[in-house]
Amino acid sequence: MSTEGPGSPTAPGSPDRLYILTGGQARAERKTELDLVTLIVSRSEADPGLQPEHAAIVRMCDYPLSVAEISAYLELPVSTLTLLLTELVAGRHVEARPPVPAAALPDVQLLEAVMNGLQKL
Amino acid sequence: MDYRSSDSPGLETHAGPRSEDVLPASATAAVKVVIVGGFGVGKTTLVGSVSEIRPLTTEETMTQAGVGVDDIAGIEHKTETTVAMDFGRISINDQLVLYLFGTPGQERFWFLWNGLFEGALGAVVLLDTRRMDVSYDVIGRLEEKGVPFVVGVNRFPQAPRYPMEQLRAAMDLDESVPMVDCDARDRASCRDTLLTLMRYLYTLTTASTEHQ
Repeated sequence: MSTEGPGSPTAPGSPDRLYILTGGQARAERKTELDLVTLIVSRSEADPGLQPEHAAIVRMCDYPLSVAEISAYLELPVSTLTLLLTELVAGRHVEARPPVPAAALPDVQLLEAVMNGLQKL
Repeated sequence: MDYRSSDSPGLETHAGPRSEDVLPASATAAVKVVIVGGFGVGKTTLVGSVSEIRPLTTEETMTQAGVGVDDIAGIEHKTETTVAMDFGRISINDQLVLYLFGTPGQERFWFLWNGLFEGALGAVVLLDTRRMDVSYDVIGRLEEKGVPFVVGVNRFPQAPRYPMEQLRAAMDLDESVPMVDCDARDRASCRDTLLTLMRYLYTLTTASTEHQ
């Protein structure tokens, strides 16, 4: 799994890896559901026409940040922030990268990746 | 809401992560683990011991119409509860990020759990041997929700030192659920507790695959 670069194409017949690679293309048609650990990334610079709260989010997310982190930095309750983010996603100002979907039990490859990461601590 | 521009003096007024706390642009997806326990059991300490960022605080607000309360002259009863959750972050690799959320275990905070446990890999129940009742309720609730968990015993110096098996019996905990000593102040100890959870999840996952 570590041999895959961030931009490499999905190997055919390996649906297990889709969680890492699809990013969120499948999400466009779906209603955006934001988790505490959905990663938010700006699509462009903050538009001068944006409201200050929206602009603050767009500026902050030039690199990926989780919903929880944005909430902490802006000192906004998650429920309030979720509304703002939903508008920004709808306006295509930011991209939402959903968390790894959890089945009843997590994927073995995912667990191996987490264990490898923790060993390095 | 008061937003100050980023060039205003004073570090705390700058909204957003410090430059060293920025995730790489390649970060594609995140997973979460929940740390549950009573007040003062060491949830935030544990998060801080392993987190690559200084633990942050997020708030969740719940507005609930009064239920089972006598309506006085048509005034609507609403209670608003705001609860803070501390969390930290561990970058697993260039693409994958692990978030750790500490959440209080008392029953009145269980409303937080719905969004929190949805999609979570699992939980660590931090056990304070001085106050076992909270953990007992938490464990029952996690079992109901079908959330896999391990139990970390944070032994405080002044706490009575019960043998692990006695604690297991007191918690009415299944033999299969791992219990480990966890010093929340110690990075290696916290890492090992998280690894115990991951290995436990691994055995659950592989066992269920074999049975198919």
